Amino acid sequence: MAKVFIPALLHTFTRNVSQIDVEGNNVRTVINNLDMEFPGIKSKLVEGHQIKPSISVAVDGNITPMGLLEEVGEQSEVHFLPAISGG
Amino acid sequence: MTNIKDPKKYEVIGTRPLRPDGTDKVTGRAIYGGDFEMTGLIHGKIFRSPHPHARIKSINYDKALELEGVIAVVTADDLPVNPVGNIAIGYSRGNILAKDKVLYVGHAIAGVAATDPHIAEEALNLIEVDYELLSAAMNVEEAMDSSSQRIHENSFMKEFGEMTTTNNNIDEHFQHKMGNVDKGFDNADLIVEGKYSTVMVHQGYIEPQAATALWRADGSLTVWNSTQGSFPDRDELSNILDIPISKIKVVPLEIGGGFGGKIPIYQEPVAALLSKKAGKPVKIIMSRKEVFESTGPTPGGYTWVKIGVKNDGKITAMQSELAFEAGAYPGSPVGMGSLCVFAAYKCDNQLVDGYDVIVNKPKTAAYRAPGSPNAAFATEQVIDEISQKLGIDPIDFRMMNAISEGDRRVDGPKFPVNGLKQVLESMKNSPQYQKKLEGPNKGRGIAVGYWFNVGLQSSCSITVNTDGSVNLIEGSTDIGGSRASIAMQAAETLEIAYESVNPSIVDTSTVGYTAVTGGSRTTFSTGYAAHLAAEDVRDQMIKRASEIWGVSNDSVVYSKGQFSSNADPELNMSFKKLASQLEKTGGSIAGNGSINPKKVGGSFSGSICDLEIDPDTGKSTILDFTAIQDAGKAIHPSYVEGQMQGGSAQGIGWALNEEYFYDQNGIMNNSSLLDYRMPTSLDLPDINTIIVEVPDPSHPYGVRGVGEANIVPPTPAIANAMKRATGKRFYNLPMNPPAVISKLNQDS
Repeated sequence: MAKVFIPALLHTFTRNVSQIDVEGNNVRTVINNLDMEFPGIKSKLVEGHQIKPSISVAVDGNITPMGLLEEVGEQSEVHFLPAISGG
Repeated sequence: MTNIKDPKKYEVIGTRPLRPDGTDKVTGRAIYGGDFEMTGLIHGKIFRSPHPHARIKSINYDKALELEGVIAVVTADDLPVNPVGNIAIGYSRGNILAKDKVLYVGHAIAGVAATDPHIAEEALNLIEVDYELLSAAMNVEEAMDSSSQRIHENSFMKEFGEMTTTNNNIDEHFQHKMGNVDKGFDNADLIVEGKYSTVMVHQGYIEPQAATALWRADGSLTVWNSTQGSFPDRDELSNILDIPISKIKVVPLEIGGGFGGKIPIYQEPVAALLSKKAGKPVKIIMSRKEVFESTGPTPGGYTWVKIGVKNDGKITAMQSELAFEAGAYPGSPVGMGSLCVFAAYKCDNQLVDGYDVIVNKPKTAAYRAPGSPNAAFATEQVIDEISQKLGIDPIDFRMMNAISEGDRRVDGPKFPVNGLKQVLESMKNSPQYQKKLEGPNKGRGIAVGYWFNVGLQSSCSITVNTDGSVNLIEGSTDIGGSRASIAMQAAETLEIAYESVNPSIVDTSTVGYTAVTGGSRTTFSTGYAAHLAAEDVRDQMIKRASEIWGVSNDSVVYSKGQFSSNADPELNMSFKKLASQLEKTGGSIAGNGSINPKKVGGSFSGSICDLEIDPDTGKSTILDFTAIQDAGKAIHPSYVEGQMQGGSAQGIGWALNEEYFYDQNGIMNNSSLLDYRMPTSLDLPDINTIIVEVPDPSHPYGVRGVGEANIVPPTPAIANAMKRATGKRFYNLPMNPPAVISKLNQDS
């Protein structure tokens, strides 16, 4: 199962759980299964059929442009981060 | 998967060829935004707010329209109506033309187009605006005060993208947490903390913003401008003007510097609206005053840092609070600052809070590693203080606590392969650090810095010419020599001479989507796309050779510009020879490459500064300065060195001179290059450079972006040198002569 890290500002939403093992072979199914554990958390992360524009998702440390479609492995780490840009 | 070739086998990469655009630029033939001309062109000027915060009661431009030569006037009423509930589009359009309120001095209110720029300027004086003045918040402390006037009345603080019920001038709160900082501080033998502030500074590009727009009768729009990204400009124009991207073409002209400041658009939509009304192409060139007051500088603000250590030098806890000025609309780089503030140090207990604060200043934009220099000014001074108190060499202390591959960032992900320790080793072994610095009022300071670098989309096409040369079509505007660095990667992959690659930068209808030249991404991502396009060409050429020879595709080998076949040793042909036969063997060959990289390696950098302070005048003279940076692989070492020197020069400007100097009425008093003191060549020493190469395994040639990390460490390195020269710790930028004298007098 993938290890999902919950952002600090959502800890109140997850009863202070900061990381949890979740089934799923891509980010979409991981979030769907996370939402079953913590109902409503999907709405904090997803807008329509995409990750919210203000959020980036990192799988195994790499911020992915694939969003919900990014593949997730059995030993993967999944992080949700604020989106960043550069100059 | 990417494979890094053995660098010893590179023929082109690592050399220092001439840039293809050099001659046109030094002879004045290159066409910049201001140079653009076309038949029927008229000129636009923009009427701007003289107040930092005011309600617009009425706008009357009748007299301006009556002036002979004036053809059109536009205001926010000419923009599309904002959809209900879409705050973001309201902010985007609001910064182009103010509707109900002006939020900073220089905020655009109306555009005028006339047959002559002087008539347009004269017409601005005939526009009458009735204001209701409101109190202004000019820094984060004022803005966050509960009694402060709300700048956006109906906006609430967000946390992780969600609205809270807090209605203040804080637009967003970021938080990152790892371990238990309270426990970490309890375990510390020594705790050092400090609150450090930086001020608003401008990128200082030499070429002002310039754009021409033509809105045709068929509803299509073409814009010729000076930009860091034609495709993002096209998307933003579509967003602001509510017309489909298929109707918009953006043609990037040469660009005279950007550093992040030419990522947003400002006058392009105004020129477009004026063109729509006038039926003619409209050109708007900003004055330097407009560039300062109405584009996007980088924010001021504060960074508070607290770090606990054991007596043996191990860091046990790190905590920070950052509050940066967003300007009049949300979007300061505090999110990035929050991630960079402790990036160089391994520690299991960290807590970082960041606040994006609305103030009555221009909306901030990216500026070289946005947010990271502000954060490093605090962290690297606290680290310096600790190393001094523990009696450990400042480079050794950093090495003891340096992050390694696999260590976690404060937001959770693990660091990939990186060159921090190699940068520190190079600093320690550098000629400057090995040399003793002696004498009164002199000091040596060091610091390190980090920038993520970004990937984002890039596309390239390569066509083969019959003479064996190739045309490389790319969408990345060339700011720092990227035509050369991208062409070199294509040449390396095609195994042909650099001079055989002819790069062209084209408009948004001529190449696939290419994101901004920014985020230290261009040589990385567009170079990667060029490599893929070159591989595509190479594979097609191999296939063509096999068809000509009547042998299997697999038997054809390509090496050092020669095709040969394992099936028959007599069969061989040069790239040039095969290129000459394309027409009669199936037609021309074109290759394409597009990438949106999933992985990208960040870059660490370091600065060593030796300086001397004149205690009578407060003037700081930099005696020696070395910039060290991990480039992954330096494609064109001269341009890497140029980036390192440029970032260092800008960092020195932040440290010793630059600031937006506002009076009590919120008016900038130094909006000219005469009064806004950027360092010139006469102020700077030769900046030594040391390129470190720890290849990024996610790039075929190991490239790491080099455009940004170099601006991060200079300010704290200079502050640390000043501490050693004077015994005084400097908490605020700029550390200019009055600040030095004040500090020396205050403490004595």
